[in-house]
Amino acid sequence: MNAMAQNAHKAIEATPLLRVDGLTKWYGHVVGCRDVSFEIRPGEVLGIVGESGSGKTTVLNCISGRLPPSAGQVEFDTSRFGPADIYGLSEPDRRRMQREEWGFVHQNPRDGLRMRASGGANVAEPLMNLGGRHYGKMRAATIEWLERVELDIGRIDDKPRHFSGGMQQRIQVARNLIHGPRLVFMDEPTGGLDVSVQARLLDLLRELVRDLGLAVIIVTHDMAVARLMADRLMVMKSGYVVETGLTDQVLDDPQHPYSQLLVSSVLQI
Amino acid sequence: MSSGSNTQGSNRTGRYYNYAYLDEQTKRMIRRTILKALAIPGYQVPFGSREMPVPYGWGTGGIQLTAAIIGPDDVYKCIDQGADDTTNAVSIRRFFAQVADVAVTEETAEATIIQTRHRIPEKPLKEGQILVFQVPQPEPLRGLEPRETETRAMHAYEEYGLQYVSLYESVSAYGYIANTVGYPTMIEERYLMSPSPIPKFDNPKLGDNEAILLFGAGREKRIYAVPPYTRVRSLDFEDYPFETQTWEENCALCGAEDSYLDEVILDDAGERMFVCSDSCFCAERRASGHVGTMGDHALAHLEGGPPAVASPVAEPA
Amino acid sequence: MTSPLIIVEDLAKTFVLHNADGAAIPVFERLTLEVASGECVVLAGESGVGKSTLMRSIFGNYLPTQGAVRVLHDDAYLDITRAQPHQVIDVRRRTLGYVSQFLRVIPRIPTLRLVMEPLLENGVSLEEARARAETLLAALRLPRAHWDLPPATFSGGEQQRVNIARSFIRNYPVMLLDEPTASLDAENRAIVVQLIRQALDRGAAMIGIFHDHDVRDAVATRLFSVSEFKAAA
Repeated sequence: MNAMAQNAHKAIEATPLLRVDGLTKWYGHVVGCRDVSFEIRPGEVLGIVGESGSGKTTVLNCISGRLPPSAGQVEFDTSRFGPADIYGLSEPDRRRMQREEWGFVHQNPRDGLRMRASGGANVAEPLMNLGGRHYGKMRAATIEWLERVELDIGRIDDKPRHFSGGMQQRIQVARNLIHGPRLVFMDEPTGGLDVSVQARLLDLLRELVRDLGLAVIIVTHDMAVARLMADRLMVMKSGYVVETGLTDQVLDDPQHPYSQLLVSSVLQI
Repeated sequence: MSSGSNTQGSNRTGRYYNYAYLDEQTKRMIRRTILKALAIPGYQVPFGSREMPVPYGWGTGGIQLTAAIIGPDDVYKCIDQGADDTTNAVSIRRFFAQVADVAVTEETAEATIIQTRHRIPEKPLKEGQILVFQVPQPEPLRGLEPRETETRAMHAYEEYGLQYVSLYESVSAYGYIANTVGYPTMIEERYLMSPSPIPKFDNPKLGDNEAILLFGAGREKRIYAVPPYTRVRSLDFEDYPFETQTWEENCALCGAEDSYLDEVILDDAGERMFVCSDSCFCAERRASGHVGTMGDHALAHLEGGPPAVASPVAEPA
Repeated sequence: MTSPLIIVEDLAKTFVLHNADGAAIPVFERLTLEVASGECVVLAGESGVGKSTLMRSIFGNYLPTQGAVRVLHDDAYLDITRAQPHQVIDVRRRTLGYVSQFLRVIPRIPTLRLVMEPLLENGVSLEEARARAETLLAALRLPRAHWDLPPATFSGGEQQRVNIARSFIRNYPVMLLDEPTASLDAENRAIVVQLIRQALDRGAAMIGIFHDHDVRDAVATRLFSVSEFKAAA
């Protein structure tokens, strides 16, 4: 009971892990995103929803250090420098911070995996990037993680192309969690998968997020995925955030006309 | 590098090509590149690689390096897979004999410039010698990271974890680090460097070498260098340390126990022998009386002495 | 009298349908309610009067138009309607439980895992969570053969019991019960009544909607008429 209370308190008292303020991105005269501000705390899962072209991927790329914004700040509570604007860090410091403290799960595993390296090496690479030089230890950690994402250990040395889409995505998840990141970005992580595979992967992701106390920012256009994964949602339209709130509140009692349209457009089965 | 005093004379009127084939401005550009490469050991310096009279992949990088540093007083040796008598080595040696008026040799100790593909001579090099490597792919990270922008950033920020991925895969597949050629090295604990496709047997010779080691990649337009007495470390894991190849056999011709051996198939019945890949080294040992188990084999008598010092070649018609 | 665990103050809810020419549908207004420890307040009023809307507004699922919902959480009142999402999540994790009529879970997850999940979220060990889930599922008489199956193919009553197990496995100080016995037979209703009474004896405060009069009479400490606060259309 004591541990329970401590855990929960941690979530409340913790300072924001990521603070985004006035984030704006122009592509020439075209708006990528306008004046986006939010915070995320350790252990929180934030969903960014909206249709194609709404700016959710622009936001994800800007806040994950992959696309410099036109204006605004992205402040991350780095373990090395404390809270720091990620675009104010020198490039090597930023890359190191990304390696050490973040993960990024792409929609297409080909974007997130080294297709020329084996599944096991893909999972072990982050350890080597952080200075791991003991093969046996890294191999053991790789096996542990492949078991955790429920992959057949016998196929550890196969190339990713020999795995199914769902298995490739599991390798990507393991690769992005093995080094113990504090913040993980996910871009439609179940987007390219069969629904049957999707459900199992979502459950796995939820379990890992809970066990590791991760903060996650997940971009999806799938409201069902948003409901299952996210604690709270940010609804985007035409580059603007039109509504934010608790996931079930946004989905069950949307306030903005666009959110209402989005939620009411979901197909029922 | 010879003094330039003779260069002028060598550029005599009527010569079809400029001395050493390349024009003087190109040679200066390459020399500046070499100086930069020597100043930042292991760093790949871009240079304006020229079209050469041989195709890419035939050693255009090495030929351009040699052309930029050679002078009439130099003694030139060229080896391919350790041997002086292979087609490529013979052709390149003739090329420089023709365009640079240099003496050529097969004797490692006599040469001032040794151009090489795939080997470092067995006989230790001395101060004053320059070893020129022909490099097909200068970027050790290329196999796993196709983006040049990304590999440049990795070098700039010393992000070399990726290089261990190839070693990891090797241990996973074979139970030991099975990579045998182009085995990645760290230069002065700063730059990751491909030693060109030399066997890892030769990697230890890269470190603390008395000679200047120059690497040229013509197609990839990169030059890099290891100055004399530089620390060179072959990458490895704590639990899988770097090891060089060893053979159970000795050289069948000269009996050498410590040289890099080539396997030679002798007939369709599977008869074979192991011989030194360094033909000069092997010949010298035999000349001083060392004999292997097949010392009287015909192969031992193929080589004549070193070819006569080439005389200036007649102008092309 | 001890301080109430939940205070609803001057609450109003109007739905605005932007995609239907901005039609406004008022539900209730100026609604005030307090519930203390050990109380089970049953919401009364005909169908469509806004009982479920009130429950959902208290849970933070619906966003009230006006007013406050204060929940005693860590010895302080927190207004659910204005709290930050992470605060609401924390309140729901430890203080405020909700049993709905519908089971909404990730497909293809075994029932036992689903019931353990709320405990795992609060850091309870795997062994303890399993033991408590098994005890509860046994008490709710869900056949043991079902435990390792996902509930998607279960009957309505069985799904309802899984839902109840997921809620009662934690001892929430405040519970919202939205027709938890709707599709249950008499025997199972009696078991749920027993669970509710145990929770009340423990000191929980409850707000419920029960269409079944037997259940209502068995657990209600008082009735609360939502229709009194009906908003003018």
